[in-house]
Amino acid sequence: MNRDNSKGKVLIYRTLIWGAIQLFLFVVIIARLYYLQVFEADKYKTMSDENRISARILVPPRGGIFDRNGVILAGNRQNFQAMIVAEQATNVDDTLAKFKKIMPLSEAEEARVRRDIKKYRRFVPIKLKDGLTWEDVSRILLAAPEMPGVIVEDGLSRAYPFGKQMAHVLGYVAAVSENDMKNDKDPLLETPDFKIGRIGVEKRFEKLLRGKGGNLKLEVNAVGRIMKEIERVDGVPGTNLQLTIDSRLQQKAYDLFGEQSGAAVLMDVNSGEILTFISMPSYDSNDFVLGVNQDTYSRLLFDEKQPLINKAIAGRYSPGSTFKMIVALAALEAGVITPETRFGCSGKMELGNHLFHCWKKQGHGPLNVVEALQHSCDIFFYETAQKVGIDKIANMARRFGMGKPTKLRFDDEKAGIIPDKAWKLENLQAPWQAGETLIAGIGQGYVLTTPIQLAVMTARIANGGKMVEPSLTKVSKSKIEKFKDMKINKKYLDLVKEGMCSVVNRPGGTAFMSQFDYKGQKMCGKTGTTQVRRISMQERQTGIVRQEDLPWKYRNHALFVGFAPQNNPRYAVAVLVEHGGGGSSVAAPIASKLLKEALMLEEGN
Amino acid sequence: MYKFYKTGFRNPNLSFKEKIYNLNLTYFFFIFVLSMIGVLMLYSAANGDWKVWALNHAVRFGMGCLLMGILIFIDIKHFLHYAYYFYAVALVLLVVVEIAGYTGMGATRWINLGFMKLQPSELMKIALVLALAKYFHSTTLQNIETIGGIVPPVVMALVPAALIMAQPDLGTAMMLLFTTAIMLFVVGVQVSKFLFVAVGGAAMLPVAWHFLHDYQKQRVLTFLNPERDPLGAGYHIMQSKIALGSGGIFGKGFMNGTQSHLNFLPEKHTDFIFTMLSEEFGIIGAILVVVLNMLVLFYSYSFAIRTTSYFAKLTIIGLSTNYFLYIFINTAMVLGLIPVVGVPLPLISYGGTVMLSVMASFGIIMAMYVNRDTNLGKD
Repeated sequence: MNRDNSKGKVLIYRTLIWGAIQLFLFVVIIARLYYLQVFEADKYKTMSDENRISARILVPPRGGIFDRNGVILAGNRQNFQAMIVAEQATNVDDTLAKFKKIMPLSEAEEARVRRDIKKYRRFVPIKLKDGLTWEDVSRILLAAPEMPGVIVEDGLSRAYPFGKQMAHVLGYVAAVSENDMKNDKDPLLETPDFKIGRIGVEKRFEKLLRGKGGNLKLEVNAVGRIMKEIERVDGVPGTNLQLTIDSRLQQKAYDLFGEQSGAAVLMDVNSGEILTFISMPSYDSNDFVLGVNQDTYSRLLFDEKQPLINKAIAGRYSPGSTFKMIVALAALEAGVITPETRFGCSGKMELGNHLFHCWKKQGHGPLNVVEALQHSCDIFFYETAQKVGIDKIANMARRFGMGKPTKLRFDDEKAGIIPDKAWKLENLQAPWQAGETLIAGIGQGYVLTTPIQLAVMTARIANGGKMVEPSLTKVSKSKIEKFKDMKINKKYLDLVKEGMCSVVNRPGGTAFMSQFDYKGQKMCGKTGTTQVRRISMQERQTGIVRQEDLPWKYRNHALFVGFAPQNNPRYAVAVLVEHGGGGSSVAAPIASKLLKEALMLEEGN
Repeated sequence: MYKFYKTGFRNPNLSFKEKIYNLNLTYFFFIFVLSMIGVLMLYSAANGDWKVWALNHAVRFGMGCLLMGILIFIDIKHFLHYAYYFYAVALVLLVVVEIAGYTGMGATRWINLGFMKLQPSELMKIALVLALAKYFHSTTLQNIETIGGIVPPVVMALVPAALIMAQPDLGTAMMLLFTTAIMLFVVGVQVSKFLFVAVGGAAMLPVAWHFLHDYQKQRVLTFLNPERDPLGAGYHIMQSKIALGSGGIFGKGFMNGTQSHLNFLPEKHTDFIFTMLSEEFGIIGAILVVVLNMLVLFYSYSFAIRTTSYFAKLTIIGLSTNYFLYIFINTAMVLGLIPVVGVPLPLISYGGTVMLSVMASFGIIMAMYVNRDTNLGKD
């Protein structure tokens, strides 16, 4: 009985100990609850929201681009895209394999899809293929039940109705690169499939065209399915942009060039508004929007006519005889020649050990500055350049906008080169040679300009010395009034203009064949033909090889700068035909037709 | 005469009326409230649908009450008398499961009886407690304090534990062993023996690790560092902590638990139902459930002290300990205090076997209490 008693006592005693232990463990549980639900509640509330809320960015429609008359140049087209939503696919590999049977995917495309699936969250639709036709869409939708996760969405994609004609004006949009993301922190860039202006107007006016992204907060479940919309902040659509380009003139220029390679810029001499801006051959902007095909790209890249280069701003060419106005103005301003000064041309000129030739072997005889421009006599300008010196020529060229990029602000624009003594010393570590001044006097040698710089130069001559800047967007009256005067004596400008008018309108002028008279309005201009190869002494003696017999890339460049009408000019044009032959025979007719068209269209408005 | 004195001096056979009179209704009330919380939570877990789990849970609670009622009115002498037989039946069923059991969820745990799936391991939890209670009821404290005296109960626990471990069901096996250990402790086995086993066990840990299944190893590793693999094995416990923590003080409101309803929380109707409750009702709801369970246990231990016979006391302590382990393991698990071992929260989690098993335990505890003044002999 005693032992039984103590057995019961032990039981009660030990049970009380066990009860205390349990009480302690419950206290631990409650303390833990307190820690998680009170002490760390905020942290877990945030994590819970991160779990359930999926923030998405609403991509605003990109602004349209229009020409000066409201014709659409770039817009947004409905684009049917096949997408895959990884969370809805029972087996991604299986779905992809089935999809490939309907719509073939290249290896690169498939690799991109797989990369994107890993990169984004599983409910984000990843593009499989876009630009689908109605037929493609119906084929995919028919097979969709067997390919869980595949959906067809209609998004917006950029479309360029003019394709090649506007490519070098508009450029194109393309997928965002890592570099873009580094420089631009706009969250829109991180949205899958976002397109950014890569070049041309699309890049220059990217901020304006892009608009502002909106925000969408969605509640999603654990597998990412959308349960409901929590919040929506609409973005701001991209601004529509009106350019000064006239699509009809652009079309005309495109047709005039045909297969030829080169560039043309036609602008308003007073406002600087660009009506025609073309670089040939061109590419189709539409090819780049959905990611350019490798074949197309390498064909464009390795084409000797370089369709991807915007020659109007990025092509650097010797201005040739179109530079003679600059030399004449520099000499007149310096007073080394007067309107009456005459130099005799015998077809060649000696300086040191070198012999310098005029393009006309038998020579022009004595001529003044107007006649020298009319006939494009080289000897006259050798003499003039020698007298005025390179530094003054360079100075004048810079005042006319050469040697630095224009205010167009395209990233791919080149500055060109306007050489002087300091430039040569710095860049070639050699002193300037007297003969180099002569070569520069006819716009060859080190001198390199872009077609747009030539157009600006011509415009500034034509408008009476106003420092007009080129622009692709409307220029206001007040801005026009702000263009500074270059402070060049009007007499000298008129003299140069007279020379230019003689080029086209007087018999014997180098562009006489390209003259027109549209209701009394005539063109004035200057031809240029530049060598891209050196003619050796031996070749000069045995007879210069005819242009047609040379391979394309050794032929001369043809240039023409001009303005119209002759009194109170309104338009200036610069035309360059790469390896086209002569300025008078190839470039002048194009410029002439363009200017005439511009005058005619103006009347139609 | 002596025998009469031993078995029934103080009213050995209570009448039905007397038994009713002896019931403790407050105890039942706590059990009822906990089960109704379960019904509500299951209604929420099914996104506001009674039919998916809630109704079934209520029906099972009803069946549990019936079972409890039957057990209450069984003569207490029968529990003592049939304890070893009951244990033997449970052991045989465990062997049957091992041989011809129904395989579900990757573990062999059930015998399909057609109308329900019988889980012999749950049966064994009760049977072992009764068997051990009977053993210790019949032995002396001297015997308990010798090694020879504790070999039979240890073997009685180790054999079913090994069988359950082989299913494999680590959680239940551990609970069985824990319950046994606590019973050995309360009957007076020296603390030094526990220390000896603990040291020995620690030394055996690397060997035990070797025998763990891969998924069990994963669970332990994940427990030690939940962020180790937040999308894989650590996902459950991480999401559980987020759900709990984000519930805050007042909770997100009934049916408004985002973690639960958007399916971030796994197994929200079974093992993780406490998490869901804490998300929707905050720490207030969580503490209410904990306190209700503490009250249930407090009452149980009070019954143990109040009852006269050693067998009744030890049976109540064993079954209560078992219930405590359910509560503690489940809550500690979802709170990230111990590894995920797959133990449900009784009365609240959805699951028929556990409901019947705990209701049966409560029935037996009540039967013991109803006969609190019965002084049982040595059978």
